[in-house]
Amino acid sequence: MARIIFIQPDGSRREIDAPLGITLMEAARQHGVQGVIAQCGGACACATCHVYVDPAWLPRLEPREDMEEAMLENAWQPHNNSRLSCQIQITTDLNGLQVTVPAQQAIT
Amino acid sequence: MISTILIIGGGQAGAQAIDTLRKEGFSGRLVLIGDEPELPYQRPPLSKKYLSGEMAADRLPFRHRSFYDEHRIELKLGRQAVRLDAAARQVELADGEKLTYDRLLLCLGAESRRLSCPGAALPGVHYLRGVADVAPIRAGLKPQSRVVIIGGGYIGLETAATSRKMGCEVTVLEMADRIMNRVVAPSVSQYFAAEHASHGVNIICNTRVVCLEGQERMERVVCADGSHHEADLVVVGVGAVAATELARKAGLACDNGIVVDEYCRTSDAAIYAAGDCTNHPSPRFGRRVRLESVDNAFEQAKTAALNMLDRPVTHDRVPWFWSDQFDNKLLIVGLSQDYDRQVLRGDPASRSFSVCYLKGRELLAVEAVNHSKDYMAARKLIAERTPLNPDRLADGAQALKDAIESQS
Repeated sequence: MARIIFIQPDGSRREIDAPLGITLMEAARQHGVQGVIAQCGGACACATCHVYVDPAWLPRLEPREDMEEAMLENAWQPHNNSRLSCQIQITTDLNGLQVTVPAQQAIT
Repeated sequence: MISTILIIGGGQAGAQAIDTLRKEGFSGRLVLIGDEPELPYQRPPLSKKYLSGEMAADRLPFRHRSFYDEHRIELKLGRQAVRLDAAARQVELADGEKLTYDRLLLCLGAESRRLSCPGAALPGVHYLRGVADVAPIRAGLKPQSRVVIIGGGYIGLETAATSRKMGCEVTVLEMADRIMNRVVAPSVSQYFAAEHASHGVNIICNTRVVCLEGQERMERVVCADGSHHEADLVVVGVGAVAATELARKAGLACDNGIVVDEYCRTSDAAIYAAGDCTNHPSPRFGRRVRLESVDNAFEQAKTAALNMLDRPVTHDRVPWFWSDQFDNKLLIVGLSQDYDRQVLRGDPASRSFSVCYLKGRELLAVEAVNHSKDYMAARKLIAERTPLNPDRLADGAQALKDAIESQS
C-alpha cells in the first residue's frame, strides 16, 4: 500500500491507501475522489484524469511519454507539474504522494 | 417532489448517473438494478488486458463497494428487471419484488448480435460482452490453440490481437472487403490489416460464414466459397443490437433503440434513457444516431441525471471512440457521414497519421492512428465548427490546429 493525498477541487483533503500495481487514477476512481473523471478508464484517450503533482514529488515519477504529453496539451489548464493520473503506477516509492485535482477536466 | 429514482443497468451509463445525481444534490432514494452480479464495471478491458489476464478482476469495478454505501445507493445486483408498468410507475424484478419510482433511467445497453447459421449454438462458440463471457474464452486461449474470430470490427480485432499475443493461431473472417469497414477509412483499415498480418494474424475478407460444424462441440467454420477453418474456439463479433425489450413491452417508442429527445427523455415523461440502448438526436450532426461508446453512455447519463432533477440541459456532444490493437491506438472523434472530402495527414508508414473528413471547410470527423495530438485538436475544432483551410490541413507537418482558416 501507498498513502496518497488528493486535494479535491473544493479544497478538501482526501487520503487514500492505494494498493501497489494499480494506477493513481484507479485509486482515485475506486474511492470516488472528486474531479477525477477518468472517462476512458486508462486508455490515454480522454485527458479527464488530469492532476497537478506536488513539485517535490515530480522527480520520483517516471517521465511523461509522448502520448500523455499530447493529451495534456489539450487538458484543462495544464502546468509543468500536470500528469494524467492513469499513467502513474502506484509503487512503494510514492508513499506520501500529494496531488491536486483541477477544478475542471478536458471535455469538449 | 422526486423522492425515488430507479436506474436499470449497471454499466457505464448507470454508474455515471449515480455520480451525477448525488453530486448535484439528489438526496432521495436511489436504486441501481443490474442483472449482472458484479459491482458496476468498465467493459473496454474485457477484450484487452482483462482477457489476457494482465488485469485482475478487482480492477474492473468503477468504484469500491464502500462508495455505494457512503452515497446511500441501494444496489440490487444480479437482479433482472422483467416488467415495466409506465402507468403505475412500477418496475418488477424477476424474483417478484416491485419497486415504484418518480423517475426511471433505462441504461439497458446493447446485446451481441447472434449468428443464426446452422451450428451457431454448438459449444465452443463465444460472444464477448460481459465479464462472465471472458473466463470461458480465456480458458481456450492457449498457445497454438486455433482461434477463429467471426467479424473484423473493434471487438473481433481486439480479441484477435489479444489472442495472438497469448500465442494462439488466429484467423479473422470478415464479410466486407476490408476490416472495420463501417467505422474507418480504407487507409486506416489497410494499416490495421497490415499490423495484424505482421503479428501473424490471418485476416480473410470478402468471406461469408455459412455454418459451424462439429460433433460434440464446434470443430470448424465453413464459408460460402467452400473453404473451412478448423477451430478450437470461435469468438463472434458481428455487431450489437440495442437492448430495448423492457422498454418496448412497456409501450415506449423504440426504433433501433429507445427513442429519446435531446434531454434523454423517452416517450414517457417520467422515464429517461442513456447509453448504447438509445436512439437520440445529435444536434451537432443534424440527425438521429445510436452510438455504442463509453463516451456517449457517460455524457448521456450526465444529461439524463440533470434533467431528472428538473435542470434542463441538452445532450449535444461530439462523440469519440478508441480501440487498442497490438501497440496501436486508434482514436476517432466525430461522425464521418456526409463528408465531401477525405484528407490524409502524415504517412501511414510512419505508424502515426490521421484521416480528416471535411464538408466544405468544416471538419466532421478524424480518425487518428497513434496520433493523440490530431485527435485532441479535432475534438475542439469539430465541436466549434471552426472553418479550416483544406490545403493547410493536408500538410501533416503542420499542427492540425494551425489549419484554421484565417479571417482575411
